[in-house]
Amino acid sequence: MSRETHAHEPWVRIVKRDGIARPKAYGIRILAVLLSLVVSGVFIYAITGLNPIDIYEAMWEGAFGTSRRSWVTIRDAMMLLCIGIGLAPAFKMKFWNVGAEGQILIGGIMTAGIMRAVGDSIPTPALLVIMAVVSLAAGAAWGVVPAVFKAYWNTNETLFTLMMNYVAIQLTSYCVSLWENPIGSNTVGIINQTTQAGWFPAIFGQSYSLNVILVLILTVGMYLYLKYSKQGYEITVVGDSENTARYAGISVKKVTIRTMAISGAICAFAGFIAVAGSSHTISTTTAGGRGFTAIIVAWLAQFNSFVMVLISFLLVILEKGATQIASQFNLNDYASEVITGIILFFILGSEFFINYRLVFRGKEREGK
Amino acid sequence: MEQNTAIALRHITKTFGKVVANHDISMDIRRGEVLSLLGENGSGKTTLMNMLAGIYFPDQGEILVDGKPETIASPRDAFQYGIGMVHQHFKLVDIFTAAENIVLGLEESGKLDLKAVAARIREISDRYGFEIDPDKKVYDMSVSEKQTVEIVKVLYRGADILILDEPTAVLTPQETDRLFEVMRNMRADGKALVIITHKLHEVMEISDRVAVLRKGEYIGDVATGETDPQKLTDMMVGHATSLNIDRPEPVNPTPRLEVKDLTVYDSMGVKRLDRLTFTAMGGEILGIAGIAGSGQKELLEAIAGLQDITKGASILYRPADGDGSPMELMGKTPLQISRAGVSLAFVPEDRLGMGLVGSLGMSGNMLLRSYRSGRGFFTDRKSPERLAQSVKQELEVVTPSTSFPVRRLSGGNVQKVLVGREIAQEPSVLMTAYAVRGLDINTSYTIYRLLTEQKEKGVAVIYVGEGLDVLLELCDRILVLCGGQISGIVDARTTTKKEVGLLMTKFRKEGAEG
Repeated sequence: MSRETHAHEPWVRIVKRDGIARPKAYGIRILAVLLSLVVSGVFIYAITGLNPIDIYEAMWEGAFGTSRRSWVTIRDAMMLLCIGIGLAPAFKMKFWNVGAEGQILIGGIMTAGIMRAVGDSIPTPALLVIMAVVSLAAGAAWGVVPAVFKAYWNTNETLFTLMMNYVAIQLTSYCVSLWENPIGSNTVGIINQTTQAGWFPAIFGQSYSLNVILVLILTVGMYLYLKYSKQGYEITVVGDSENTARYAGISVKKVTIRTMAISGAICAFAGFIAVAGSSHTISTTTAGGRGFTAIIVAWLAQFNSFVMVLISFLLVILEKGATQIASQFNLNDYASEVITGIILFFILGSEFFINYRLVFRGKEREGK
Repeated sequence: MEQNTAIALRHITKTFGKVVANHDISMDIRRGEVLSLLGENGSGKTTLMNMLAGIYFPDQGEILVDGKPETIASPRDAFQYGIGMVHQHFKLVDIFTAAENIVLGLEESGKLDLKAVAARIREISDRYGFEIDPDKKVYDMSVSEKQTVEIVKVLYRGADILILDEPTAVLTPQETDRLFEVMRNMRADGKALVIITHKLHEVMEISDRVAVLRKGEYIGDVATGETDPQKLTDMMVGHATSLNIDRPEPVNPTPRLEVKDLTVYDSMGVKRLDRLTFTAMGGEILGIAGIAGSGQKELLEAIAGLQDITKGASILYRPADGDGSPMELMGKTPLQISRAGVSLAFVPEDRLGMGLVGSLGMSGNMLLRSYRSGRGFFTDRKSPERLAQSVKQELEVVTPSTSFPVRRLSGGNVQKVLVGREIAQEPSVLMTAYAVRGLDINTSYTIYRLLTEQKEKGVAVIYVGEGLDVLLELCDRILVLCGGQISGIVDARTTTKKEVGLLMTKFRKEGAEG
């Protein structure tokens, strides 16, 4: 008697998958990347008439064309990765920390301040340790504020962390005008340019080696922390169900606050790396939107630190390549951003097909 | 067919997987009449009505509206036939006003004229005696006001067949009286009304006719005037059927938990438990019976340290012989209770929402009780994995691997994982809420066997159940809850289904209040 059951069945329906084999999931993702390259190729040709292969080649050149470019790409990927690592525990706990921008700046201010103040009186290795520790502590304190409000008064952490970004930007503006050098430039300038006090030392002849080492240590550490530690287990439980956490005697408040301290600290550590290990100055654009881009890194990797390495590189390579083709082919800046957009769109879209499948009318009841 | 029949259900069957929710049900809903749909929990009342409201679609059978067979495939279809349902859980937008909620989803052309809407709402209210302020925001409303908005919402859409799913569950007696007044007005206006309930005195008060469901079957209908609560209880619970559950006599039961004056208010300030006093004995199974929402959940959570308990109560834990002195559990958190050396096992009703971590596999879930063990920063992965393997084997859990997320397992397997873990911690008190809900017969018997084994080990087992047959055969004593109070504690070996059924609905000669 199911005569009318299908009366309203649409042409295509979206059905949640029960599960998907890992190779198949990766197959879908790779397919998405390839497809995105094809689509942006068509886009490039349609708009500019240029050969897409040339464009892709130029993009690769932009990221890895020279040794210096390669190192800049690595440096930026490490920066993005570091922030992603910082966001991972918060997001795994379903605490929407969109305040990484501010947390980076706080770390940056601390580092720049110490570098200016005592750069000449303390040897660089000790100075680096001091700057790192102070940045971590300041970032932890900055991250704990919204966590405390969330834990005790159930405030909305998304708005809270977002608005704290603007506080951090204002603080940074204030510091920039305070430390202005030269007067009237409205910038801090390169700090300790002559003495290089408090700068990351070159290791193996490369000035960014320390960036890579520090961030990779964090990457491995976060992987172990989330996957094998007792605290990491608590984060998983709280993120899955707060009631289950209470049932198991886990204090949701404590875990929330502790995890945000860690998240804020690592994001601020990224600020320390940005100032001491890369730009040697501080400005309101030190974070430069990477606190938001890193959210994509953390989510796409499903909080797996090692996958985050890949995604950070992918995003940074795209960005470098886009800048390169913009200048090389006299394309408008927006053209390259459109390409980046298309590629990201496909990658994010692939997650939809990993979680859902389409069922067309009449093709029902084959697999369940 | 009678002239005033609004809806006729003919041979309706609905199954969910292997569970038959409604089997071959035929019944009529008439205009100008209040029909009570009566039945125990899980007897299929709400499922049946959801098919009229377009939420479910019947597997078999047909629905006749005004004598014509019709397809109700969506709530929109239901409205088209004038059927409106007020669900137990309100579906309102908090930050909208009453009027905005009422017109939400209506596809009317032209500009939204909230003044005209408000005028029409007032007209409806005046006609039936509602009290409603169209401009009041939902978050400012009491539960009863929200319910009024829900009812006006369906009337606004022109419904003349109204289904109310346990409308009085959330109301005070005064509010209930006002609702019944409104229902009488609607009946006088020629509307067809169905009220889903299991409160017998309300059935007697408001309805003209009673239809009884039991375990998905239609038992029959009677005119309210020709029946009494006694007869209705018989229809509702049926005759005892033997399940042949093995029930050894308790050996030397000793008091384990002494609960005194336990009172609990929920976050809305509604009293959920009212001065409960009882003793759970080690070596026996104490059954808890009661209609859904009588305080079962709150009782177990209060003992587990998950509820705020009103001052003056006491939950005294007496360890088994020679294992230390009595200890007060009241005011302790779950962590403090377990640190104090009290092994309290708890199988909550909402398994994935409270007892388990859905995204983790079996071994990850075994870790939930033991992850603090061992010194050091990292968790011990080996013993939970061993435990997962043994639970998987002993309880025959069907899962691809012990790391397969438990969220994706079937209900029965999820339950086995939870029960297996809780029993493995060798508890001295074992509390289970609806331990066999949704399980097939074989698995249910496995669970009964496990609980009985625990009892024989001297554990105090508290079993919250919904099927009276099981309670009567599995438990040693049965505590009956009604409206957050204990309406009786009976010996399971000598009591009858009828006695427990009456205690559940608290029907007494002098007339009971909700």
